[in-house]
Amino acid sequence: MINIPIKSDTYIINANDFSVAGKVSSDIKKDLKKLGIHPKIIRRTAIVCYESEINIIIHSIGGKIVFELYEDRIVINSEDRGPGISDIELAMKEGYSTATNEVRELGFGAGMGLPNMNRWADEFRIESSSKGTLIKMTIFL
Amino acid sequence: MKLLDFAEKLQLEIMTEKDEDIELDINGAYVGDLLSIVMGKAKEKNVWITIQTHLNILAVAELIDISVIIIAEDMEISDDTINKAKEIGMPLLKSKEDAYKIACRLNEMGI
Ligand SMILES: Nc1ncnc2c1ncn2[C@@H]1O[C@H](COP(=O)(O)OP(=O)(O)O)[C@@H](O)[C@H]1O
Ligand SMILES: [Mg+2]
Repeated sequence: MINIPIKSDTYIINANDFSVAGKVSSDIKKDLKKLGIHPKIIRRTAIVCYESEINIIIHSIGGKIVFELYEDRIVINSEDRGPGISDIELAMKEGYSTATNEVRELGFGAGMGLPNMNRWADEFRIESSSKGTLIKMTIFL
Repeated sequence: MKLLDFAEKLQLEIMTEKDEDIELDINGAYVGDLLSIVMGKAKEKNVWITIQTHLNILAVAELIDISVIIIAEDMEISDDTINKAKEIGMPLLKSKEDAYKIACRLNEMGI
């Protein structure tokens, strides 16, 4: 694999800030469109990026998304500062969610975020501790 | 199909621009209120019928290239949502009917 990114951007994401949810994914989507990336790849990237963005907003105390474009792949790194996921296997189950009712009323909390990321990324890696959650997703071009 | 004709046939109120020139490129429809499920399952160029009116429906619709959003059940839509829809050029329509009725009408129209 080629290890120098053609493009790399870091987006800071604050907890509980619903008004801008989706902004990061939307920006990344626009960039990929300009670069002429295949629409199917753009769509998959947008979905996994949106889900990680939302999870940082809803479930964490804040974090960031690092987007990297390489010649042969896109890498999305999602990193937050906690509280982390104690049971990753359970969290990965379709429909499992600890989202509050308030958040659910806005349409979030379907428990499909992590499963969507796992489904649409070619590679999905997750690590979590009380210090935070790290997700690395790769989509091959 | 023209947005104005589409809205008239389905008896929808247009919350965004009512320009005569706006053309809709529609291929199918999807009904859903849970954003992650809509993200994963709705297809590009779909009509999306929902009762969610929060600002975030626009982020979702834009990301997956929805053609038009129909808010069912006459749900109240905030100015924030309407303004955002205008800003990103996403047609936002409103119906007094429930999602099932709207879907049936779309079906009758051949969508
Ligand atoms: N970044 C995160 N920090 C802490 N907990 C998380 C994080 N992401 C996911 N989780 C936990 O995993 C569960 C499942 O996540 P997800 O599949 O995205 O569903 P949802 O976000 O709809 O609840 C969440 O409800 C939450 O308990
Ligand atoms: Mg989620």
